[in-house]
Amino acid sequence: MVRLKNICFSYKSFETGAHEPRLECVFGDFSMELREGEALAVMGESGSGKTTLVKLMLGLIKPDSGSIEGLDGKRISVVFQEDRLLPWYSAKENIALVLHGMDKAEREQKALELLAETELSEAADKPIRELSGGMQRRVSIARALAFGGDIIILDEPLKGLDAELKKRVAERIRRHFSTILLITHDEDEAALFGCNRIISASEFRTA
Amino acid sequence: MKKAAGKIGIIIIVAAFWLAVWQLAAALVGSELLLPTPFSVLKTLFKLIKTVKFWQSLLHTLLRVLAGFALGIIAGTLLGTITASSKLLSAFLSPLRSIIKATPVTSFIVLLLLYFSPVTTPIAVCFLMVAPIAWANVSKGITETDPQLLEMTKAFKLGRAKTLKSVYIPSILPHFLTAATTGFGFAWKSCVAAEVIAMSRLSIGKALYESKLYLETPQLFAWTAAIIIISMLLEAVMVRLIGRLKKW
Repeated sequence: MVRLKNICFSYKSFETGAHEPRLECVFGDFSMELREGEALAVMGESGSGKTTLVKLMLGLIKPDSGSIEGLDGKRISVVFQEDRLLPWYSAKENIALVLHGMDKAEREQKALELLAETELSEAADKPIRELSGGMQRRVSIARALAFGGDIIILDEPLKGLDAELKKRVAERIRRHFSTILLITHDEDEAALFGCNRIISASEFRTA
Repeated sequence: MKKAAGKIGIIIIVAAFWLAVWQLAAALVGSELLLPTPFSVLKTLFKLIKTVKFWQSLLHTLLRVLAGFALGIIAGTLLGTITASSKLLSAFLSPLRSIIKATPVTSFIVLLLLYFSPVTTPIAVCFLMVAPIAWANVSKGITETDPQLLEMTKAFKLGRAKTLKSVYIPSILPHFLTAATTGFGFAWKSCVAAEVIAMSRLSIGKALYESKLYLETPQLFAWTAAIIIISMLLEAVMVRLIGRLKKW
């Protein structure tokens, strides 16, 4: 189980002429748990701090106070809100990049399998720039599947996909990961991932 | 194919136009000493390329340019990397770059002749011309690397070597290539200028100076034409090499 305990986090920004930084509180004494094998949805409007939560969980930023427990030795995969794919690589290369401990041929084979799983076989050798928004989204999902791990964090993962594809892709992600933290503002998306608990982003500052 | 033929056609027409302007101007001036005709320059150039001195001078100048350019690119890349990764070092070292950039090349040549020989001064001058360009561009490439991609590499635990190869190098490459092409032009021109002042043995610069000294204006023009042609050829070779590097 991953536990976020009494997390406080503020962004600091300097305004022209000001001597002290302006603090924008995103998390104020916020606590939550992500249990093993559960799908938890965090819902809220844009700008409510959902992406900051992703960064905290991934260890990309440190909280001002409070602690995150239960992540030691755990491998966390992620689908970022933005695709964050390398534009100079092909779809296949973007996926192969995160595969560790394999030789080149094995990495390529695995990348092709995952592209087939996300219904993107035809795009394997295409540069990222040539893919549509929905295709790029699926490449970033395939990359997260390739990295694997104990937990997956999904930040609006199905953005830009049509209804049928959303269902199939969500099903495949669930096949790979049992512990899911879903960031979304869409209740239907939470249902697709079988989220049994929902936290509102409004709790970030008031809990 | 048609497009290429059209492009060549345009180049020929433009070149013919300017040669005609030159020819007309030379006819109006009416003195080979002040402005030789294109034909006379071409004849002198053909005479020149048959001499051993031409090829020796060309080779020595070219080696100096390449040495200064390579050293400048290496030092500039290192300094660009250091200053982009540390604000403190950037604050300490950046004034140096501004001073080098603002100093006239002739001041450097005269000054460096105090410390270097006439043979090595052009190399040092090339180095000083190229290094700040590579420094500024590499530093810009590093600081402008997409922070979201860098976060991605951390999230997927790519490690330093993979992050360098897959994110930093492709992000820096366009800036590096701009530095290389601009820097090469500067290296070539400043090297010849340094050779003229330093009177470097077996050099294009010295040959240029001697042509002027003996009032051999067609030869002065022929050497200049040779410099322009070689510079253009080398730039084309560099663009090709860079194209290959991009594919890699």
